[in-house]
Amino acid sequence: MAIKQTEIEKLATLSRLQIDEKTIADVSERLSSVLSLVDQLQGADTSSVKQISRPYHQSQRLRDDVVTESNQRDAFQEIAPDTHSDLFTVPKMID
Amino acid sequence: MHNHTLAELVNGLRNKTFTSVELTTHFLTRIEQLNPNYNAVITVTRDQALDAASKADQRIAAGDSPALCGVPILHKDIFCTHGVRTSCGSKMLDNFVPPYNATVVENFHRDGAVMLGKTNMDEFAMGSSNETSFYGPVNNPWALDSVPGGSSGGSAAAVAARLAPAATATDTGGSIRQPAALCGISGLKPTYGRVSRWGMIAFASSLDQAGPMARTAEDCAILLNSMASFDDKDSTSVDSVVPDYCASLNNPLKGKKIGIPREYFSEGLHAGTERAVQKALAEFEAQGAKLVEISLPSSALSVPAYYVIAPAEASANLSRFDGVKYGYRCDNPKDLQDMYCRTRSEGFGEEVQRRIMIGTYCLSAGYYDAYYGKAQQVRQLIQQDFVEAFKSVDLIMGPTCPSPAFKFGSKGDDPVAMYLEDIYTIATNLAGLPGMSIPCGMVDSKPVGLQIIGNYFDESLVLNAAHQFQQITDWHTQAPEGIE
Repeated sequence: MAIKQTEIEKLATLSRLQIDEKTIADVSERLSSVLSLVDQLQGADTSSVKQISRPYHQSQRLRDDVVTESNQRDAFQEIAPDTHSDLFTVPKMID
Repeated sequence: MHNHTLAELVNGLRNKTFTSVELTTHFLTRIEQLNPNYNAVITVTRDQALDAASKADQRIAAGDSPALCGVPILHKDIFCTHGVRTSCGSKMLDNFVPPYNATVVENFHRDGAVMLGKTNMDEFAMGSSNETSFYGPVNNPWALDSVPGGSSGGSAAAVAARLAPAATATDTGGSIRQPAALCGISGLKPTYGRVSRWGMIAFASSLDQAGPMARTAEDCAILLNSMASFDDKDSTSVDSVVPDYCASLNNPLKGKKIGIPREYFSEGLHAGTERAVQKALAEFEAQGAKLVEISLPSSALSVPAYYVIAPAEASANLSRFDGVKYGYRCDNPKDLQDMYCRTRSEGFGEEVQRRIMIGTYCLSAGYYDAYYGKAQQVRQLIQQDFVEAFKSVDLIMGPTCPSPAFKFGSKGDDPVAMYLEDIYTIATNLAGLPGMSIPCGMVDSKPVGLQIIGNYFDESLVLNAAHQFQQITDWHTQAPEGIE
């Protein structure tokens, strides 16, 4: 299945990626090749099976509602690109 | 010392034939001298290793020596290591120093192992050749112009070149078994949920599993004893008793039924690989096992299903890499959106970006049911094939890879050609079963791997079968040239 250039641009936006215009044709061709591979699924008879999201049945374990984590702000901020006081800073997003 | 197996090194340390400092220094020297040929190790933790070795020697002298006390190992650079860069083979994490250890790393620390460093890998575990790493490709020690396999190519090459007796690795679609096969070593992917994924950088959360790489099945059993544990920090970790995987290694295989899937011996399998695998299967028959032809009818759908499910999960998991709290951030972003887009486009390589976009596409409105929903149903078909097969057989065996190690760049520009390298391994991940690859022959001076698949949580039988094969053959003892 061929994927159109407009769809590549939309996918890039959803994925928070930036695709160079010079490479869009190449990206489109390679993505289309992968989609042709996965299109083979359409021929499968799945009328008798449900969707499974994990390899075998597992239930979500629950734990007691008590605090178990310690405050590691300093350790986490030490490896951050930019911080100010107790905050992680990013470029302005609200005018 | 580097020609000893891990089991022999454990005994040598306990018997004080050599010290951990001597052993660790030996391997550090080998890495310094030989690693430039392979590019298998990307971070060496020399000072930490020697400090840990010294402490291990003190424990051994005091008579307190846990299972792996003083044994040097390498960790795939996907496991968070406190205070030591963990890059996942990516520019995105080139500057990432974790503030904690993965549970796998903690388990080895608990058991006294000495960390030599971190191994090279395909970026974010996405690849089958170790050609996508930000740190450059890894060369196969058996043929320097050929790939070691991936994504755990660095770990596999390091063990094959005797830069370490063992290494940790991970497997999402074959990333332990395929490089083990191409590098002529033993590698095990345990049952999903057997080994904690806490601190293991996530690629596809319902498929990822950590496992050992070493030169023998016995070594893998020793390592799995340390790696396997229940971990309440991993919600998919299974709370069941971890057996002693060494205890049953010497059980006889007489009477065991081995299923041979007809779909694994069809078009596309290299003739030399097939001959080597058939010869190996005959060895199991000679030991009293019975070979039974079986069918896994949905096998052909495993690669298409995987390349919906794995990228979909990856697109979610990799959304955390946004330049905000850790890792790479682009220079001079003009606003938040620009920061996200340029950070991710500059930080991720081409294959990672491709898989994120495939995953996003398959999960997007209008395509979710046709792709992701459908793939999840096919996953159940694949799992049912195995459940049905294991009603009549104890193990399933076949080739690990369709051919021996291929040359760099030979898969060209079509990503699908590379994806098909995992044609025999992927179904095991989709079903969550344990699988192992062991060396079983050579073709054109390159190793061939035999895959052994077990039933859920039956790693003991998988390792038992592998060990018994290694008692009557010597493929696992062979070494590439140029490593002395």
